[in-house]
Amino acid sequence: MSCSDCDTCKPAAVVEFPGSRTAPKTVAVIGPPNSGKTTLFNRLTGLRQKVANFPGVTVEQHTGIAALPDGRTIQLIDLPGVYSLSPRSEDEQVAHDVLTGQRADTPKPEAVLLVLDSTNMGRHLMLSAPILALGLPTLVILNMADDLRRRGGHVDLHKLAAELGAPVALVSARRGEGVDQVFDFLAGAMPKPAPKELPILHDVPKCRQWAGRVGSQASYHAPAPPKWTRRLDAVFLHPVAGPLLFLAVVVAVFQSIFSVATPAQNAVDWLIQHSGNWVASVLPAGLLKSLIVDGVWKGVGSVVVFLPQILLLFLFIGILEDSGYLARAALIADRTMAKVGLQGKSFIPLLSAYACAVPAIMSTRTIENKRDRIATILIAPFMTCSARLPVYTLVIAAFIPRRPLLGWLLSARAGMMLGLYALGFLAAVVTAKLLKSSVLKSGRTPFLLEMPSYRWPTFSSIGLRLLDRSKVFLKRAGTIILLVTVVLWVMSNVPFVHGKPPAIANSLTGTIGRTIEPVIRPLGFNWKIGIGLITAVFSRETIIATLGTIYGMDAATNKEGMQVALHHDLTMGGAVALLIFFAFAMQCISTIAVVRRETGGWKWPILQFAYMTCLAYVGALAANYLIR
Amino acid sequence: MQLSVNCDQPAPLPTSLVDLRHGDAAILEGIDLPAGDARRLMELGFLPGMQITAGRSAPGGDPRVFQVDGSEIALRRETARRLTVRRKKVASPDRTPGA
Repeated sequence: MSCSDCDTCKPAAVVEFPGSRTAPKTVAVIGPPNSGKTTLFNRLTGLRQKVANFPGVTVEQHTGIAALPDGRTIQLIDLPGVYSLSPRSEDEQVAHDVLTGQRADTPKPEAVLLVLDSTNMGRHLMLSAPILALGLPTLVILNMADDLRRRGGHVDLHKLAAELGAPVALVSARRGEGVDQVFDFLAGAMPKPAPKELPILHDVPKCRQWAGRVGSQASYHAPAPPKWTRRLDAVFLHPVAGPLLFLAVVVAVFQSIFSVATPAQNAVDWLIQHSGNWVASVLPAGLLKSLIVDGVWKGVGSVVVFLPQILLLFLFIGILEDSGYLARAALIADRTMAKVGLQGKSFIPLLSAYACAVPAIMSTRTIENKRDRIATILIAPFMTCSARLPVYTLVIAAFIPRRPLLGWLLSARAGMMLGLYALGFLAAVVTAKLLKSSVLKSGRTPFLLEMPSYRWPTFSSIGLRLLDRSKVFLKRAGTIILLVTVVLWVMSNVPFVHGKPPAIANSLTGTIGRTIEPVIRPLGFNWKIGIGLITAVFSRETIIATLGTIYGMDAATNKEGMQVALHHDLTMGGAVALLIFFAFAMQCISTIAVVRRETGGWKWPILQFAYMTCLAYVGALAANYLIR
Repeated sequence: MQLSVNCDQPAPLPTSLVDLRHGDAAILEGIDLPAGDARRLMELGFLPGMQITAGRSAPGGDPRVFQVDGSEIALRRETARRLTVRRKKVASPDRTPGA
């Protein structure tokens, strides 16, 4: 890629970063959606990245550290995917403000990595005009080089660099091919072509014409249509096979969450139990031992057991998303979404809400229509998030017999689980319909959904996401859940009777539990479950930690497993009522906080919490009366 | 709207993207949508003069995927109806380079 062997262009100048001969400190990564920008960002920064929000807006800020071969480090900012810099959406506004140094919270980047899809260069080059016009040192990265080559496309990099007046690199971020050129650029060691005056174009057709001209000057030969994508779409978008496969994918995901995760879960459980026994054997008997064994180990440990299952769910969603199937699923689901007044774009946040409502609610910002967006935010917590999974798993395993429901296809337990997922979805649909035909009525906005080519998901990109989710989950188990468990343990050990901790039923926990018992008695819950429901407001899976602690401290149950102990407190009706309560109730302070932030006030989260709690109560009441 | 004069067959009726079936190709003539929406479509490649090929669709034919300018974009019927096109005889998956 060196210019030294070409005498037609001017002697190559090396890219200079203003102010220093050293590498830049902050570099922005920008590109259109589906350009593989995030893959490249992951490739450059690896594990050294963090996700936050730009203050004041709902745009996620991904920053990471790239280490140059010579040991210097550079901060990379991954800007949101945009088609242009004209600030119309929040994403474009943020990208524009960061690049022009107008955001006080982010240092103005000293250089830009512009990531474009080389297989779609004509259209993607449109973004290069406004970016290069900023005057920052810019490397134009043509990504997906492997696809371009395989599909018979071609581009002359020298000519393109000369046309753009900026260095160009042909890269495959997925395979790591050509990434060393990006490091060369960052290290300030890349030859720079003579600068070129670029037109400033605000008109899209003119911009496209310019991009087309630049492309043909650079002898760009567009690749053949993606053959495999067409072949796969012939199956996945087949009028009959498509929807059937869609259903099969959903069922397979849920079935394997049960069957595949179980051994891993048993292993983690074994580890926690044995380490707990070991801790119990070394600690002297007394209150400290009780706090650590009953409070911390039984409480927090009973939640950590569910990590394999949650990771498995994120793994499946990650594969579906990265392979490109999720966009097809959104297409198939659009008609159904339209029937409740929503659009296909609501489908992706809603699907990711099956993993966790918090990132799902943040991802609703891709919905341009404000009312559609609020409606999607309000129904997202009905989707069965991964925090409900531990509760469902425990109660189902304790109460639903292990027998086939549809032959070998579906067991009774998986069927019950699927039913709960369907119930949450149904509640969301009915709520959406109510909202969209009343307070959130709006005109329809055009539905535009880009169908990316199918690709093999990469190990690193999915691995990074799973690592991130594990951190979030374990952090919550180690902070909020630990704190709640310890407070609960203290409350369960006071007031002292004759200088000794009381029986659990007479403790402060028991007293509070029995005070609220009349309210939840009609649902088939006793005071222990009631305490669990209160602590579950912090996050749903805390109820398991709470019950773990309570059972551990109760002489009647401390030798029994959770599943057996639960039978002391719940009848079949009560168990189903509990499942339904969890399907509907909004027990998650993180979600409440994110809804407040995204809707800009307390009005929507308060309404949402009240509505979902009422629905949960009525649903549980009905279940307890109908099932005997 | 200009119509070509030197053709011996009657000018084709104005059609929209909705009328294209899987594999049909046409040239985009205009977008009858508010400026913001039209701009969004243009950024995705729906520019007057571009060749658009209808692709597969969700069950029931709505929304449908359209191949335009190297990408595949799904549009609902109600949006596709607002994009007027000039029919092309040949149905080919190839696209014309930039307008």
